[in-house]
Amino acid sequence: MKSAVILFPGSNRDRDMIKALEQISGQPVATVWHTETELPDADLYVLPGGFSYGDYLRSGAIAARSHIMPALKTAADQGRHVLGVCNGFQMLTETGLLPGALMRNASLHFVCKEVMLETTSTNSAFTSRMEKGKVWRCPVAHHDGNYFADPETLKELEGEGRVAFRYADGTNPNGSLNDIAGITSAKGNVLGMMPHPENLVEDLHGGIEGRALFESVMENLAA
Amino acid sequence: MKARVTVTLKNGVLDPQGKAIEGSLGSLGFEGVEGIRQGKVFDLELADRSEAEARADIEAMCEKLLANTVIENYSIELL
Repeated sequence: MKSAVILFPGSNRDRDMIKALEQISGQPVATVWHTETELPDADLYVLPGGFSYGDYLRSGAIAARSHIMPALKTAADQGRHVLGVCNGFQMLTETGLLPGALMRNASLHFVCKEVMLETTSTNSAFTSRMEKGKVWRCPVAHHDGNYFADPETLKELEGEGRVAFRYADGTNPNGSLNDIAGITSAKGNVLGMMPHPENLVEDLHGGIEGRALFESVMENLAA
Repeated sequence: MKARVTVTLKNGVLDPQGKAIEGSLGSLGFEGVEGIRQGKVFDLELADRSEAEARADIEAMCEKLLANTVIENYSIELL
């Protein structure tokens, strides 16, 4: 599976993401600077975590209007897979590739800790080879992860099985509605999530629970 | 020409920052503050154009960037 990570000023989880992708796919990962207007050919495009543009205006808002984004939208429309983690999830909601918005954490605190995630839906390439209902550890580190959507959108997400991950065991760190930690697009080819699976992929991280997601998408896209 | 855009959270959208400010005002002894919603103000300086053009242009700016219409409303004043 070929993957490419898009870089923005203020991205800071990009190297973790590249390392995880390289390690798990065994292939080099392309990088794309946000001023580009064309994407390299890849099966998976990733918007990494960080604080693009210092979170000015709204988290992810300015990155979502950068030069590379029309190409990413076109790729997503054509069914290419797009993963946004943390700041990347914020960008995906700001571009409209995913519905809803990520607001300031209800506690107002920046949270940097491990949460428990439940894999609540396995109907996308990202999750189809994961175990439905499994609860796993994953780190989070964000200030704006409080997922909000209007009741109609929430109903749609829940009804269509598009809530991929939910905070479990009372570990919702941000006040997110319905404990939502990650959602997919209607076609299932875009996943946005606040937690960082790329930070739990090797023994030195203290666990490898995050690998299942990457393995799922890689096996599906390689098939 | 000058214009001001005010962006506010829609009704029903939780505003934890507004809540914290409300609590702080209470602890400073200000009584009877029954709610605070935090918003944003943008002061724009635009090259001259007709009022109708200015409104249309600023509306496009709000829709495309200044406001996230999933959670925010905006209002435009020409000054």
